[in-house]
Amino acid sequence: MRLAPSKKAAALLVTVIITALTLLLIAPDSSTYAATEREETEAALTLTTPGETTGLSGINLKDGSKKGEIDRAILLDRTERKQVKPPELTAKDYRSLGPVKRRTTGWFLAQIHLWFAAFVLAVPIFVVISEALGMITGNERYDRMAYEFLRISMTAYSFTAISGILFALALFFFYPGLMKYMTRIFEDSYVFYVLFIFLENAALYSYYYGWKRMRRGTKKKLHLAVGIWLNIMGTLIMITANAWATFMMTPGGVDMAGIFQGGVWAAVHNPLWHPMNLHRFVANIAYGGSIVAAYAAYMFLSAQTRRERAHYDWMGYIASYIAVIALLPLPFAGYWLTAEIYAYSQQMGITLMGGLFGWIFVIQAVIIGALFLSINYYLWCAMKRNPGGERYTVYIKYLGLVILACFLVWFTPHTLILTQAELTALGGPYHPVLGPLGLMPAKNIAVNILIIGTFLSFLLYRRSGRRVPAGTGSANYLAAVQLAVILSGVVNIIIVGVYYGYFTNSVYKVASSVPQVMTTLAVIVLTSGIEYYRYKGVKAGSRSRWGRVPERSQYALILLAVSFTWLMGLMGFVRSAIRQHWHVFSVVRDASTEAYTPTISHAAQVVSIATIVFLSFMVLIFWLNRGCGEGNSGRRL
Amino acid sequence: MKIPALLKFVLLVVIAYLVFKAPALLMGKPIPASLAGVYLFFTVVVILLVMTSTDKGVSELTGPIYRVSFEPGLRPIRNVIVVALPIIAVAITYFSIAGGEVSSVKLRTAHPAPPETFAAYGKRVKTEKLTNPYRALEESDPRVFERAVKDGGKVYFKNCFFCHGAKLDGAGHYARALKNPLPQPFKGQDTIAQLSEAYLFWRITTGGPGLPAESAPWDSSMPAWESILSEDEIWKVILFVYDYTGNRPRSWE
Repeated sequence: MRLAPSKKAAALLVTVIITALTLLLIAPDSSTYAATEREETEAALTLTTPGETTGLSGINLKDGSKKGEIDRAILLDRTERKQVKPPELTAKDYRSLGPVKRRTTGWFLAQIHLWFAAFVLAVPIFVVISEALGMITGNERYDRMAYEFLRISMTAYSFTAISGILFALALFFFYPGLMKYMTRIFEDSYVFYVLFIFLENAALYSYYYGWKRMRRGTKKKLHLAVGIWLNIMGTLIMITANAWATFMMTPGGVDMAGIFQGGVWAAVHNPLWHPMNLHRFVANIAYGGSIVAAYAAYMFLSAQTRRERAHYDWMGYIASYIAVIALLPLPFAGYWLTAEIYAYSQQMGITLMGGLFGWIFVIQAVIIGALFLSINYYLWCAMKRNPGGERYTVYIKYLGLVILACFLVWFTPHTLILTQAELTALGGPYHPVLGPLGLMPAKNIAVNILIIGTFLSFLLYRRSGRRVPAGTGSANYLAAVQLAVILSGVVNIIIVGVYYGYFTNSVYKVASSVPQVMTTLAVIVLTSGIEYYRYKGVKAGSRSRWGRVPERSQYALILLAVSFTWLMGLMGFVRSAIRQHWHVFSVVRDASTEAYTPTISHAAQVVSIATIVFLSFMVLIFWLNRGCGEGNSGRRL
Repeated sequence: MKIPALLKFVLLVVIAYLVFKAPALLMGKPIPASLAGVYLFFTVVVILLVMTSTDKGVSELTGPIYRVSFEPGLRPIRNVIVVALPIIAVAITYFSIAGGEVSSVKLRTAHPAPPETFAAYGKRVKTEKLTNPYRALEESDPRVFERAVKDGGKVYFKNCFFCHGAKLDGAGHYARALKNPLPQPFKGQDTIAQLSEAYLFWRITTGGPGLPAESAPWDSSMPAWESILSEDEIWKVILFVYDYTGNRPRSWE
């Protein structure tokens, strides 16, 4: 069943209005609350004894801080200041609803909402890029694909709004005390959030329904501008919500006594806000690409005609290309995010990667390995569509070996799961050979080479569709330079990783990841530049035979989307769960009966079930869009 | 001579299996079964992906299986395989449990997250802000620093070496009496080089009883040295374990 566009628009508008009303109705009366809180805060400040938390014997102190000291963020804040004392919650500050488990419910709804939100934020980004490419190249295929992408996301917008409302209702119903505190601090941002949603929806509907009417000339440029506006609004919505989530991890504007003393900007501009914005922005693009690639694979596998197969083969390739391009810098964005967590709280950092949640990082490594494997497999299989692609299949086994070696290092844990006999044989929890592979320097080496290996797969795929340059001296020379760049890059990554990672102190160890990343990027940029120059003027080979790709390659694209979804769920849980028994880390303590960290098994179950539910919704959306595929959309346009 | 694809696949899997067994066979240091199994699984996956990346590879790999499964002339071979496969499965199952009862493995957290603050010597200490008072002497007064390291060595050999070993490798005299966990080694780049001195101070002063509730039970037999050693002695022994093993303490600056 498909809703008429006008009904969809009406449904979405209603959901937005309900969201706005819900937030406005549930938000407490700020003036009354502020007065009460201020009195309590002043009392608390009077009772505070400075210097209660000190080092030992005086000689150990580097800490000049004391209670009542004001965070630097507060001093830089120019928004209206307020004092908000953290509530000391008790079990009575939480509501129940029969057998419904409040934490699991909130967690589940949050996760579903985040997946949809990631998708609908990402798709418009490459819809605009695709539309712009269509305008620049004059190739209408890009325009048709952009329209089809957008149509898929229209249904997803409705699901995003519905899941968002359900999530908000669950939070305000189950956690009234916490939400009262959060609202007191962030109430100003709620207004902006609703405003951004409204403006985004206005842009979305103008963009979607204006597609046909604004196809030519100046109108087309105006249409593209609307698309850019849509993206700006979407990004603003995301970063506003990011502020709330990151405040709970690294609260800004809070003094040493836990009292919020800043304005809303101090709370928004907390230490994790920028890293999270960047990480989510890049990850959303990769995720959106993978979902659209899965859609293309689904449509390819169920295509009835050669034309459809060709179209969805091409769409799958473009979408996976976008996903891979966004995936490559993602580990580095993640590294920044993690470094900021460590910098804010060593405790949270160690809990994250060395302690309790270290095992989920091992699972993460396995899933990321699966991502890279599926991408590489897709590219290897896709060589078939290029006449002459078999020239390069001989290299696949070497690439496979490199990728396997990196993958195994990537997920090798530092602390091993041992039987008593193995523990006795090893004489401790670390393996003499595998132990060093369990540390970050080894992981950094592995992931950088993994990225270069994947880039080489892509390079070979590109070459497979082109004729070999004439065997002139300069062509051979350039090939040798390319090889030298790649090999020297790999050697540099290994030397930097081994020397600084294992034979210097930890400051250099952490810092060594930067030259490694720069080396990887340099290899990619230089090799691409040489490749361009090398093939410049060389006539392209036969056109790619779109639709001739083997069906098994499409399952790799589906695996890509499943892996992304699962990975986001697991790592989202870890990021949030390292707060442990705090709602707002070190400020508002969780006093509910669920103030314990779930077992890894339980977390994996919740995330896995949520993954299945979300992907089922996505299949439903794909199914709703069937019959409106390339053939129809092409004619409509 | 070209090796048939299916045989090549089997040979590659066998070679991979032997590679993962090599540390046990050559060094007596086995790759744990839990990890070796995952290694082997993904190795097989990658071999299959590489071999099926072309249509020709797929037909070469699956062709013999298809023929044995369906061609009438190959019925005797098919019958042998149908009988052999369950026998092999039974044999693997039998030998995997024939060793008798063993305690189940569990996920251990080697580096518990330190608390924000902890109590030691009658005061509450903020972990992140804690620094070794002798560390600054390494540059400002090397002779005093060296003497502090030697003092730390004496503390170590009077108190710690019984479990952690004369070579600081976790293989002291008493280590064999402890089953799981074994005393932590300090040698190697992957042990205390990962940790700050404040972390070691927390672990030594509060010992097993001071471990956090998360990931419990820890089953650690490490005493809380706060009641045995002075604060000064603990800082000195920390200097010693870093100095002896050639490691540098972790720092964020």
